[in-house]
Order: sequence, then structure tokens, then C-alpha cells
Amino acid sequence: MPCEYWWWVLFLPLATSALIAVVSRPWRNASAVVSVASSFLCFFIAAWGVHTQSHAPSPVQWITAGDFSISIGMVLDGLSKTMLLTVTGVGALIHLFSMGYMKEDNGKSRYFACLSLFMFSMTGIVLSSNLIMTFLFWELVGFSSYLLIGFWFERPSAAAAANKAFIVNRIGDFGFMIGILMAWHWLGSIEFAQLEGALNDGRGAHVPGIILVLMTLGLFCGAAGKSAQVPLHVWLPDAMEGPTPVSALIHAATMVAAGVYFLCRVFFLISLSPATMNVIAFIGGGTALFAALIAVQQNDIKRVLAYSTLSQLGYMMMAVGLAAPGAAMFHLTTHAFFKALLFLGAGSVIHAMHHEQNIWKMGGLKDKMPITCWTFVAGMLALSGCPFLSGFFSKDAILSAALEKNHFLFALGLGTAFLTAFYMTRLTVTVFFGKEKTKSASHAHEAEATMWVPLCILAAFSVVAGWGGAIPDMLAISSGENHGHIVPALSAVVFLAGIWLGFYFYRGKKTEPFSVSLLANKFYVDEIYGATFVRGHDKLGEACRLFDRWVISGLLVRGTGLVVSGTGHLIRFMHSGNLQGYAFLFVIGIVFVLYQYLIR
Amino acid sequence: MVVEVMDMILWTLYFSFLGAVLVLLLPGRAAKWAALSVAVATLAAAFAGASEYMSVSAQAPWVTLAKSPWIPSLGISWHLAADGISITLVLLTALASVAGVLFSWNVAHRPKEFFALYLTLIGGVYGVFFSVDLFLFMVFYEIAIIPKYFLIAVWGSTRREYGAMKLALYSFIGSALSLAGILAAYAVAGGHTFDLLELASYPFPPQFQYWAFPLVFVGFAILAGMWPFHTWAPTGHVAAPTAASMLLAGVVMKLGAYGCLRVAMPLFPIGLEEWSLFFAGLGVVGIIYGALVALAQTDFKFVIGYSSVSHMGFVILGLMTLNAVGLQGAVMQMFSHGVIAGLLFAVVGRMVYDRTHTRELSELGPMQLYRSMPFVTVVFVLAGLASMGLPGFSGFVAELMIVVGAWRGIPWMAVMAGLGILLAAAYTLRVMQLAFFGYGDNSSENSHSDMSKIDAISWPEKTGAVLLLAASLCVGLRPSLLLDLIAPAMNTPLVQVILKGAGS
Repeated sequence: MPCEYWWWVLFLPLATSALIAVVSRPWRNASAVVSVASSFLCFFIAAWGVHTQSHAPSPVQWITAGDFSISIGMVLDGLSKTMLLTVTGVGALIHLFSMGYMKEDNGKSRYFACLSLFMFSMTGIVLSSNLIMTFLFWELVGFSSYLLIGFWFERPSAAAAANKAFIVNRIGDFGFMIGILMAWHWLGSIEFAQLEGALNDGRGAHVPGIILVLMTLGLFCGAAGKSAQVPLHVWLPDAMEGPTPVSALIHAATMVAAGVYFLCRVFFLISLSPATMNVIAFIGGGTALFAALIAVQQNDIKRVLAYSTLSQLGYMMMAVGLAAPGAAMFHLTTHAFFKALLFLGAGSVIHAMHHEQNIWKMGGLKDKMPITCWTFVAGMLALSGCPFLSGFFSKDAILSAALEKNHFLFALGLGTAFLTAFYMTRLTVTVFFGKEKTKSASHAHEAEATMWVPLCILAAFSVVAGWGGAIPDMLAISSGENHGHIVPALSAVVFLAGIWLGFYFYRGKKTEPFSVSLLANKFYVDEIYGATFVRGHDKLGEACRLFDRWVISGLLVRGTGLVVSGTGHLIRFMHSGNLQGYAFLFVIGIVFVLYQYLIR
Repeated sequence: MVVEVMDMILWTLYFSFLGAVLVLLLPGRAAKWAALSVAVATLAAAFAGASEYMSVSAQAPWVTLAKSPWIPSLGISWHLAADGISITLVLLTALASVAGVLFSWNVAHRPKEFFALYLTLIGGVYGVFFSVDLFLFMVFYEIAIIPKYFLIAVWGSTRREYGAMKLALYSFIGSALSLAGILAAYAVAGGHTFDLLELASYPFPPQFQYWAFPLVFVGFAILAGMWPFHTWAPTGHVAAPTAASMLLAGVVMKLGAYGCLRVAMPLFPIGLEEWSLFFAGLGVVGIIYGALVALAQTDFKFVIGYSSVSHMGFVILGLMTLNAVGLQGAVMQMFSHGVIAGLLFAVVGRMVYDRTHTRELSELGPMQLYRSMPFVTVVFVLAGLASMGLPGFSGFVAELMIVVGAWRGIPWMAVMAGLGILLAAAYTLRVMQLAFFGYGDNSSENSHSDMSKIDAISWPEKTGAVLLLAASLCVGLRPSLLLDLIAPAMNTPLVQVILKGAGS
């Protein structure tokens, strides 16, 4: 039986957003309560639906014009259910946290309206049953994250970051759109189920190989934009200008994971093209290492986490490219828990430090904020791959897949795992341990319950989410085979090495003991893009403007005008009213005619 | 049934011309109220007509409204008809005219003449949308152009004489080209009728079509802002008073596109096929070029002007796809652009310029308008989102359909059009930021203190903005509202000629 109540999961956040924007905007606390309540309600409806195993509601026709028809429908399988519970669950906790974090902000109503709008868009991607619907919500996610990144739009840096995020995402979406159009054209459908059916029937066999490669690369381009893979990664670190709970929600648990989720959704399609799979695997692996290297030298608590997110997303992408979507989704889920936890922990620290984000001005927060500190440590250990915490199992699944398929990527993954343990130790030691480095660090104190309760819940999940294979079971996608003890043993070794080196270098340090400007400056990617693409398109725009002004408007249009008026002036001279002049012209005319007739 | 349709929809035409006379007879104080009542009445008539059309469209997608001889010796008749395409554009015109009156509420200089010319223009536009007789078509076409000149030259601003003259010259050259082509067709077909339906069924020799098609098409496309004949549009927009630039972008540019779709394309299907790739290319160039130029402008209104060029490029591309999806997308885009560009011009010309007296982005920035004009900022942000094709607004559906339609014929053009959508985000975000938020200069704290003295946003402005935004949102969320009107029109003979010509 199709169950119509699933629509509530999708549209409740939209209704909430509209309600806040139209009705409750002046009452800031009411807006917050409404939004938080709706986010929890969504989670409970989703959980109830998953528990009772009810079916997806029947799709609704949205556009019909001849053979052009687009429907809005839902797919409910292990993949979307897992993602849905992660998104709504983590989302609800972050809503709760935001109540404390945004307590004194004047734009609280706007904040919660945007947050609900974001939840609507994200849920849409998760439940979507076809490519165009995915694209539609894809754009909406981009837009709502634009609003949230630029939430403090009075700050020029926040506005610039929001613009950058939107435009870089649109670059990805451009490729995405082409991929969709190609799939539609060559495979004859946009519905996931029908596409999969068509390919299983062998109806996809007539598609030329090059088309398949371009199509899947187009789809990957969209995913790379949303999931911030190199070379479209530049927006994510800047997006940290948004409020910290937003970073936790959008830039850790949900939006950036959408790319990976989407690739798993269309895995039946992209896996047909080995070339694309290789591209995905290497871009993923490259991003993982590249971002981990940068994270080692960042001094802003959120930026370290942002680069860490990039790195982990690279991991997931690599898993997709290695034909292990189960492992990718497993890691996506555990990552959602511990990275949301780390961001919220960072938010709690930033809140206590009165919006100071430089880790070298913190220190010694362990005693001042014990809950934040120990939950943060739990998240940090899970991320670093401490044995028997969630991250260990999911990372293990990815590394096993790599060991099976490609040893180079395996080494790369192991190196990244080492760097992860190292930079997370650096971060934790500098922020929470040692002595207070500034006055505000010594005055910091634990925040209210709305903020630490979500931390505790997320910490619990970060610890246990990998146990017993619960998540792989729910996904119903194999997350790879067990390869004995080599992989777990190696990852435990690199974990210990990373932790030990981190302690060795950073324990008790007041400033950065060694600095590598290439890493601190993020490999100068922003500068390179600034000098090439940004400047390039500014120049192109300027060139077109000048062309329009001088060539089209000036030379052609004015030129035509001048020729006309010039001719008029010339003819005016002839109409002088002077009899002798007319006689003169008359004679010239006669001479000319005679010349034509007689002489030639 | 048919009689009822005629009763309702044709009142848009009659109301407008009667209204123009009425406004002249009333005292000046009442002019704006009279104009508003007339515009609202036409809107009601348009809605009623649209709903009646919906009820008959399945059986009769082409509805003849009136047919009687006018100058029988030349084969000219008073022949009016409507289908889903013209009714969509009538709805757009009615919406834009109501909003235009609302945004002209502060016209103090000769309001009687202003609104009389305004309503005459609207009437001419309705006339074009209903005309089946090509002579009548051109008569209404000219009626729509002449008031335009006076509206800009008398009530305009920056370099208004230049802008008005440029626009008038372009329009007249365009209509002269089209008229020449139409007269040639009239002569070739035997010289006994100007009736579009009869001419469209006449098999013009291919050699004739090869040169007659581009003549008529370009003549109309000039008014649609097709590259490289677009430069009248930005200059004209900048010079025009707010309501006139709203109509210019919202409705008059559609006249050109409508002429292409209704006259040039069905009249010469063989020529169309021959030239479609070329004009699709010009459409694509317009999309990209308009967007790039918009990116480099320093005048707020020029940005919107060039964005219109870019969006109208989508219309041209949609028409040239020669398939049903692309054509419907083009009509959707005409509606969508009409509503959104109208709103953008209203924000720039009425809400911002009338209060700040500058359109230079470098001067607007330091004023930090988001503080003093929160409502305007929200409206502009929403309109900007609609303009860059965000889902939920009409532009998304229209551009999606055009890109899909283009993909079926000419894939690489769909790719280029996609690039145009990307650039739209870039220039819209840029102008949004520069005009309303203005960063990089925080020292000018004093400059926005004097902004506190500006007039509050009045109710007509709010009503107009909400009306246009609602129109874009309704169509964006529920595209079938319009598609149910447009889709039956794909079965009319005039459209079938285009679709079949491409299929064979």
C-alpha cells in the first residue's frame, strides 16, 4: 500500500519555512521552536515509516507537455532510508543546537526559515525518484546553502563566500545538466527505476562508449560540485563563514554528502563506464590526500574541520570509484555523525570564546568545558579511525576495497588516514589541552543544555554506529568483503602513529612549531583561480561590453546613421535654391549623358 | 461556446482603447485611477477568456473571434482569433499593464496624456496578439510602437531623445522589413488576401522562401532583441520611464517574438528549415553575449537591459528548435521573462532610482540599501533568483524546456545555453551585491544616515511587486497552469506547419 504520509516528510519543512517567513517572523523564539519541532517531527515520521516498512506514495505529475513529462515521486529503498534517517536525525539535533547557538542573534527567524528550507531541499534529493527532480532539489539545496552561508551578509567575507559557493556549485550543475540530458536522450527516461530496467534489459547496449563516458562524467561533475571535489573544492572552506551549526548541517552531514549519495543512486549507470570510475576513484583519492595535507597547517578551528571534510568526502568518492558504494555510504553515515559532532563541538567552543576561531588563542578548555571536550575527543577518535569506533569500521571497508582493486589508492588512503589522525590530534591538543593562551580562553564555560545534549547524542552514535554491521544491513548494499586482519592492523598502526606524532609535536606548544607556506596557503588554488578564471571572465565581459559599445553600437549602428545623415547633408548642398548652381549641375548631367552615348 | 470566448477575451482590446479615450476625458487627478480600473478590467477579461478557452481548447484549439471584410478590394479583413499562445501572451500583457500602472502611480507630469498613450500601447499589443489578417497585424504593430516613442521622449530620463529615436528607428526598420516580406508574399500568392491562414496554406516556391523568410523573421526579431540587432533594447530601457521599460521588456519584446512565431515561421516553413540553425546560433550568441555584457556593466538598469537580451536569446533558441517542447518552452519563457523583467525594471526604475536618483552601482553600493529598503531588497533578491532560473519560479521550467528541446535537435547549442544559465547566476549575484549590499567601503556610515529620509515604499509598489512575483511563482510551482493553455495550441494549423516542416 502506498502511504501518502511520506509527503509530510518532504513538505513539512517547506511549510515550516513559509510559516516562519510569513507569520512568525517578528516572534523570534516562536520561530525557533516551530522549526525545531518540525525537524523532530520529520525525523519521527521518517523513522515510523522506515520501521513499518511502508511503501512510497504514488508519484505526481508535475509537468506534462506531450512526450515531455516530469513527475515528483519517491524512491524508498535501503539507500534512501538510511540517508533519510541520517539527514533528518542529524538535522533535528543541529536544529536543537542552533536554538542555543543563535539565541541572541537578531536574524533568528530568518535563520530558522532558511534552515527549514534547506531541510526541504535536502530531503527532496534523498527521496527523489528521477533525475530532473534531483536536479531541481539540487539547485534548491545550492540556493538555501547560499542563504545560510551568507547569513551574516553584513560581513563582506560572508557574502563573497556565499556567492562563491553558489557559482562553483552552478559550474558543477552545468555538467550535471548535460549528463542528465544525455541520459534522457540516449536511455529514454529520467526515472531511476526505468533507467535501471533499461540497462538491465540490455537496451543500453546501443549507447556508444564515448557517449556513456561523457554522460557519466557529466553526472559526476554535478556530484563533484556538491561534494566539493578537486578542482571544484574551493567553495567549501570559504563556506565556513556561515554560522557554525550550518557548517555542521550543510558542510558535514548533508549537502556535501549529496554528491556521494547521488552517485550511489545512479551507481548502476556510472559503473558501466570504467573510464569514469577511474576518474572518480583518482579524483576522490587525490582530494583526500590534498585536503588532508592542507588541514595540517590551518589555524582556524573550522577550517581544519572543513579540510578534513573535504578529505573524508574524497574517501567516499574513492570508494564509489572503486565500485564499493556500500562502503561509501557506510562511511558517509558514520562521517555524518562524527563530523556533525566535531562541528557542533567547535561551535560550542567558538560560542564560549566569543567568536574567536584561531586555535592558537584557545587551549586548556578541557577543564572549562568538559562535556564539549570529551565529546569532541570521541568524535576526533572516531574520525581518526580509532579501533572499535564507528570511523574505524567504515574506513576499513573503503581501504579493503582499495586493497582489492588498486594498491596505489590503498597507499594513498592509508597516508590520508595517518594525516587525519595527526591533524586531529594537533587540533585537539591545541584547543583543549595545555595552558590557556588568552584571557577569553580562561573565562570560557560550558554552554546550555540545548547545546550539549545534541553533542552527547552524536558522541554516542559516533562510538557505536559501526558496531554489528547495522548500517550496512540497512543499506542492503554489500560494503565489501573482509580481507582478514591486514587492513585493520595497518589502519590501527597509522592511527597510533598519527596520534603519537601529533602529541609529540604539539603538546604544550604556544605557537605553530613548523610552518609550510605551501600548505598554509592551500596550494595557492584560490590565487590561481583568481588570476585565471575569475580574471578571465571579467576580461571577457569587459571585452564584450566594449565590443557592444564601439563595434555594434558605435561602428555599425552609428555608422549607418552617419552614412544616412551624411548623404542627407550632401544632397542638401544640391538643394541650395541657387539658379546658377542648378544650371551648372544640369550642364554636368548633359555632358555626362552625351559622353555615355556618343564617345563610348 | 465560441461566442462566449469572443465576448470575454476581446474586451481586453476594446477596454484598452476605450480606456485611452476615457482617460483623456476625465480630469488629470482621476487619470491613474481610471487607468488602473481599465487595466484591472482587462486582466479580469483575460482570465475569463483564458478559462473559457481551457474549456473548449480540446475540441477547438483555434478560436475565431471575429471575421468581417474591411477593405475587400485588397483582401483585407477584420479577422481576429486566439489560441493558447496568444492567450498566454494576452495574460502576460494584462498582468504587466496592471503592474505598470501601479508602478506609475507617482507620474505627476501630464498624467492624462501619459496614461492615454500607455493604454493605447497596450491596446495595440492586444490587437497584434489577436490579428489573423496580416495587414491588420501590421497596423496594430505600428500602433504599439508610436506611443512608445512619446512615452520615452517626454517622460523618460537619461538621454531620452536619443533612446526614443533609436528605438523608433529600429522598430520602424524592423517593421518595414517584415512588411516588405509580407507584401511580397501577398503578391506571390496572387494578391487577393492578407489572411494569415490562407497565406500559410499557400505553397510558396522554395527559392522565394529562402530570402523572404529571413526578411520577415529578422524584421520581427529586431523587436525581440535578437543579437546583433539588440542595442536598441538596453538604451531604450535606460531612457524609458519605469512603466515604459516594464512594457518594453515585458510585452513589446514579446511582440517581436510573437511575430516570428506567428507570421514568419508558418508562412515560410521551407525557408525556416533552411535558416533555423543560423538563427538558433544567433539566439545562443545572444544568450552568452548578453550575459557577458551584463557582467561588465556599471549602470544598474543596463545590467537588467542586457539580461533581457540574454533571456530573449532563449526565446529565439526555443523557437528554432522546431519541436513541440522547445516551442512551448519559448512561449513559457516569453511569459516568464515578461513578468520577471517587468519586476526587475520596476525595482530599478521606480523603487530605487526614484528615491536615490542614481543608477551607478558604485554610488548605490555605499548607500547600503538593504538597511533603508529591506522590502525592495527582498523583492529584488527574489526577482533575481527567478531571473537566474531557480526551481520554483517560472524561468526554471521555461529554460529547462528550451534546453531539452534544443538538445533534441542541436545538442551543442543546449550546452551553450546551459552556459548562459551559469552566467546568469554570476551577473545576477554580482549586481545584487553591488546594488544593495555594497561592500568594501564601510567608512561611509554617514551616507546611509541621509537615506533614512527616503519615502517609504507605497502600497501600489507593494501590490505590483507581489502581483508579478506571485505570477512567476504560480507558474513555476504549477507549470500546468500555463502549459494547459499552450499545449492545445500545438495542434493548430499554424503551429503544425512548423512542426511538420521540421519532421519531414
